[in-house]
Amino acid sequence: MKKTGAEIVLECLVREGVEVIFGYPGGAIMPVHDAMLRYPIHHVLTRHEQGAAFAADGYARASGKVGVAIATSGPGATNLVTGIATAMLDSSPIVCFTGQVPAHLLGGDAFQETDVTGITLPITKHNYLVTRAEDLAQVIQEAFFIARSGRPGPVLIDICKNAQLDEVEFEYPEDISLPGYRPPSHADPAHLEEAVKLIAEAKRPVILAGHGVQMSGATAQLREFSEKTQTPVGMTLLGLGSLPASHPFSLGMMGMHGNAYCNQAIQNSDLLLAFGMRFDDRVTANLRTYAPRARKIHIEIDPSEVHKNVKVDVALIGDLKTILNDIAPLLDPGDHEEWLEQISEWREESEARDILSWPSEEKLHSAHVVQDFWQHTGGDAIVTTGVGQHQMWAAQYYNFDQPYRLITSGGAGTMGFGLPSAIGAWFAHPDKEIWTIDGDGSFQMSLPELATAVQEGANVKILILNNNFLGMVRQWQEFFFDKRYAATPLTGPDFMKLAEAYGVPAKRVSERKDVAAAIEFARNTPGPVVIEYLVEEEDSVYPMVAAGADLDDMIRRPITKQKTAPAD
Amino acid sequence: MQNTLIAKVENKPGVLNRVASLFRRRNFNIESLNVGRTENPDVSRMTIVMEGPDVDARKVEANLYKLVNVLDVQDVTNQPAVIRDLALIKVKSTPEHRAEIANLANIFRAKIVDVAPDSVIVEIAGTEDKIEGLIELLLPMDIVEMVRTGQVAMLRGEAPGIRHTPGANGNNQPKHYKK
Ligand SMILES: Cc1ncc(C[n+]2csc(CCOP(=O)(O)OP(=O)(O)O)c2C)c(N)n1
Repeated sequence: MKKTGAEIVLECLVREGVEVIFGYPGGAIMPVHDAMLRYPIHHVLTRHEQGAAFAADGYARASGKVGVAIATSGPGATNLVTGIATAMLDSSPIVCFTGQVPAHLLGGDAFQETDVTGITLPITKHNYLVTRAEDLAQVIQEAFFIARSGRPGPVLIDICKNAQLDEVEFEYPEDISLPGYRPPSHADPAHLEEAVKLIAEAKRPVILAGHGVQMSGATAQLREFSEKTQTPVGMTLLGLGSLPASHPFSLGMMGMHGNAYCNQAIQNSDLLLAFGMRFDDRVTANLRTYAPRARKIHIEIDPSEVHKNVKVDVALIGDLKTILNDIAPLLDPGDHEEWLEQISEWREESEARDILSWPSEEKLHSAHVVQDFWQHTGGDAIVTTGVGQHQMWAAQYYNFDQPYRLITSGGAGTMGFGLPSAIGAWFAHPDKEIWTIDGDGSFQMSLPELATAVQEGANVKILILNNNFLGMVRQWQEFFFDKRYAATPLTGPDFMKLAEAYGVPAKRVSERKDVAAAIEFARNTPGPVVIEYLVEEEDSVYPMVAAGADLDDMIRRPITKQKTAPAD
Repeated sequence: MQNTLIAKVENKPGVLNRVASLFRRRNFNIESLNVGRTENPDVSRMTIVMEGPDVDARKVEANLYKLVNVLDVQDVTNQPAVIRDLALIKVKSTPEHRAEIANLANIFRAKIVDVAPDSVIVEIAGTEDKIEGLIELLLPMDIVEMVRTGQVAMLRGEAPGIRHTPGANGNNQPKHYKK
């Protein structure tokens, strides 16, 4: 059957199971938007292409499917770039479509021509420039496959306008031939045996669970491994939820703002089991002194991540779930009572210092807000965040018991990610409670997307922790720049009036006693709601490992201010 | 020390750019990079030479495999291989000097491929060492211009190169994916 290239795009999207696309129209992509009207695919008009890419990313992480964003050529395409880089660094499967000038004008600087495949080469898993309608079906099928398989990531398809308009015979390819792309699944059996030996010899093992656990769907396998071998589990920011926070073997988050006892366990470990994580500098701190007495086993699908930052003793290259299934029958039950005892001691000491045991009368602490928010949502909300202190507090005090409940920009640390990714997550799970915990700075980077939420009737709740600062940068200035607050004081708009202008119900809270009521108000009000908490302005995230310091050399919350008995 | 890798890549537009971009981004220092056609019209072949004390061939290989268009990578450093470089060297030469240059060329099994009134072009193919040797002797005669292709390499007989990351490109899995 003859179809235009634009129709072929839609035919392929329908076959990939795509139901929603986030995008922004423009001249070079008009034929695709036009054809969309004839297909059962909902287009969400964001207010900026960056928001479309973030929303596609949020959708992908919440649904486990591929998210789709679409934009026109030139500025439309370049506006996607930060979103694509964000997806790349967090291995998030999105496919981005961009319009391009007609093929015969390529390279001539025609109106709104930019070399977007060139620009996105280093920030995509793969990209395509399509100049002929005949090639579209093949390319789109490949793109979705590449985006979601192996180590997932963003793929961009730049389509010349003539390739959208031309009518050609449409045939959906039966299968894909990508001879250079064959992600590994099973690890080498010999290496499995070496790993089993190290595991049996370990006295102080720690599992490091990364994003890979959730991406490969290995949470059950992780839990089984941990329980059978009696191995505690530290998690990366994107790994939170791999093992329930309430599980006795959970050490919570590791790294720069991780739990002190988690970092102490890593530094004193004699065997690290890295599951689908990549030893990012935010989790290792000083590499030279990282886990000095530990042997290391790395299970990882991307061979270029192995030995990259940390040399390991055994590398198991392949799909984590497959490998954990393969290794399970080879494992003997472990017994590490002494080690777990030691960790409990560290943990008690950490908890005594924790801000949760601080009084809450005078100032409103962000940590308290997040803690109350966690309790009132039963730990069951999908939480997206911006980037900064609020992101760390969300990670520290919302106890994630399930995978993909935290959706946050980890590798790139991209401010502005919170609201649009929440909108994307809502399209994946309209039945679930979706919140974004945002900073006043991060929120202002994506605040136009409030209109998107309103237009779509998206049931997303926006919790702003307003400290009138670019707080995380301010914290660094406090610690490392003698409190010289350069470019960090931040005047926001009146968020109540702003919300009103958008037709969004809103509440402002400045005392702890009102925290919960506002959350309930948001939960009981359909559609988007803004809750602004006026929090302590010069609060800091603890513990903190300074850049370049050793992982267990942490700046701790000053103990002097602390109250002995925990507050209710 | 020199490291030599052979990469087979899909013969598609932009693949060289992807490889070059990868090397730049990952800060891999390339001594020479040669790309050419092969017995299979769908496949191009790259010979990548890296120089330096801390070249990590494994890392380069693993990163190359991240590119969807890279089919196979082998490390042929210190393996039984034929490695050749081709150089064209233009040397200043008055008619009196020609015989001397021809003599040198002969010894190195090089050829004089062009003669102009005051210069000649010498063509030499061979290993790095051999070419360097000739260049050294020609230097005093005033080299006007020189171009080298960079090395190309081929393993002898059936000998396989080293694959540092077995399974990296799913080597033990079927070539065609069905969805
Ligand atoms: C797009 C972008 N620009 C700059 C930064 C650097 N940065 C990291 S955290 C931060 C401050 C964030 O402020 P806010 O969103 O108000 O959150 P807070 O730290 O106050 O909770 C900045 C500027 C960034 N991560 N992303």
